Amino acid sequence: MDLRVDLPGLHLKNPVIPASGCFGYGREFAELYDLSLLGGIAIKSATPKERIGNPVPRIAETPGGMLNAIGLQNHGVDYIVEKELPWLAQFDTEIIANVAGATEEDYVEVIRKMNASPVVKAYELNISCPNVKHGGIGLGTDPKLAAQVTRMAKEASEKPVYVKLTPNVTNIVEIAKAVEEAGADGLVMINTLLGMRIDLKTAKPVLANTTGGLSGPAVKPVAVRMVYQTAKAVNIPIIGVGGIMNAEDVLEFLYAGASAVEVGSANFHDPYICPKIIEDLPRVLEKYGYQSVKEATGRSLL
Amino acid sequence: MRNDTALITEQVLIAPDIMRMELETEIAADTSCGQFIQILVPGYFLRRPISVSQVRDNCHLSLIYRVVGDGTRVLSQLKAGEKLDIFGPLGHGFPVIDEDVVLIGGGVGIPPLIETAKRHISSGHHVTAVLGFASESQIFAKEELESLNAEVIIATLDGSCGAKGTVIDAVHAHDIAKETTVMACGPLGMLKAVSAYFEHGYISLEERMACGIGACMGCVVKTPEGDTMRVCKDGPVFEIGKVVL
Repeated sequence: MDLRVDLPGLHLKNPVIPASGCFGYGREFAELYDLSLLGGIAIKSATPKERIGNPVPRIAETPGGMLNAIGLQNHGVDYIVEKELPWLAQFDTEIIANVAGATEEDYVEVIRKMNASPVVKAYELNISCPNVKHGGIGLGTDPKLAAQVTRMAKEASEKPVYVKLTPNVTNIVEIAKAVEEAGADGLVMINTLLGMRIDLKTAKPVLANTTGGLSGPAVKPVAVRMVYQTAKAVNIPIIGVGGIMNAEDVLEFLYAGASAVEVGSANFHDPYICPKIIEDLPRVLEKYGYQSVKEATGRSLL
Repeated sequence: MRNDTALITEQVLIAPDIMRMELETEIAADTSCGQFIQILVPGYFLRRPISVSQVRDNCHLSLIYRVVGDGTRVLSQLKAGEKLDIFGPLGHGFPVIDEDVVLIGGGVGIPPLIETAKRHISSGHHVTAVLGFASESQIFAKEELESLNAEVIIATLDGSCGAKGTVIDAVHAHDIAKETTVMACGPLGMLKAVSAYFEHGYISLEERMACGIGACMGCVVKTPEGDTMRVCKDGPVFEIGKVVL
């Protein structure tokens, strides 16, 4: 069974990549299993300066998933380049650096500082965060702004740039086409869906941040639908993400048009879930008559 | 730290909404006092972090937990003989130190103190356990601690048993010296009062968690210097003064 996937900048031995924000920089999971088993790792968002994140509670359970409002807490790009990236060099897996910021210039700054690292094989732009220059709206919700940050990132970058799309938009295909035209090498979709929970005793939001990002199996049909619609409209590869719990879910995303997948909050449900999915994937592909991951990609688009 | 399918050997109600569950699991061999495990409750997405109340031997753990929501209600309905997916041991627990200690617990904060008492007593030290409850009908863990030879002092808010008031009122009533090393677990207000009274010691924190291993930054607490500590990985036990309550 051929699990390999070749994407811009990424030579994946298998299509399974832990999603950014759910895996830190891999240190904690490295105590559980060999990270070289993974196709790649999308490391936690880097911003130009350290961010302390949101107040707690940052986590709430929901039916079939969870809400989080971590607030992009990270030590800042300098610390990540100095401490985390060299440590990750020991693993035979492809590192995707997730980049976040409050302005377009923030993305450029982070990318310039990471360009020299041989560990980083590609960037993934998190364009779901509120943007201070544009009245707090996310760059990912406006095709023009999404295209602009993609163009600026591409100019600064010495590696392929993937854009991670937010599902909190009216027409995700329009955003996807805009970033493709702006030069994106690939798409990662979807980020979390904006959600909220209210405590019945206090009548107050459960999360200190009021709202948070919904993830987990509950969002999978939304993610599959968006990957499917987008794959029909663009010619750049898509990394599918949203509620993947097992190898069958991976196949569903491949069918919808994804070339590889990211696994997010499922890592909290079962910390060993990524190696389990990788181990089970050949069986599932074979069961449905495929000799490789590539064969299954886009099957439903035919 | 590992994933295991534990066997439930016993599950009993020991006070209103308070359950004691006995598990047969190899995780017991590595578990120390004040650590916790994460339980995958059937039908729920996130694991429930539950502190270990006693390590019975190398393959048996005891948990005491409160039924607070749907997940713990489902957990409480599981019967002896059923299996449970658990992950652990997790976090840094209470240290076992070479001196007499006072343990202070409020309500469902009491369980991790039981194993902590046992380890100090077995190394020849005197353990005073001050336990706070709303009223007499809520009391649990008293006999368990007494059977381990801990000196147990009870405080109830309504005065129906022991000292009337909080655990700190009981500490004053029994003239417990503020120089004694304290180890405490309970509600935030109690931890603040304990940290204000005692000169040194350790407190165990509670927070909503996702990963339980320090990767997701869901359960953070600040240090006085403004740095971040993770309750699940750097804690749940912290030295008094090292985190801002």
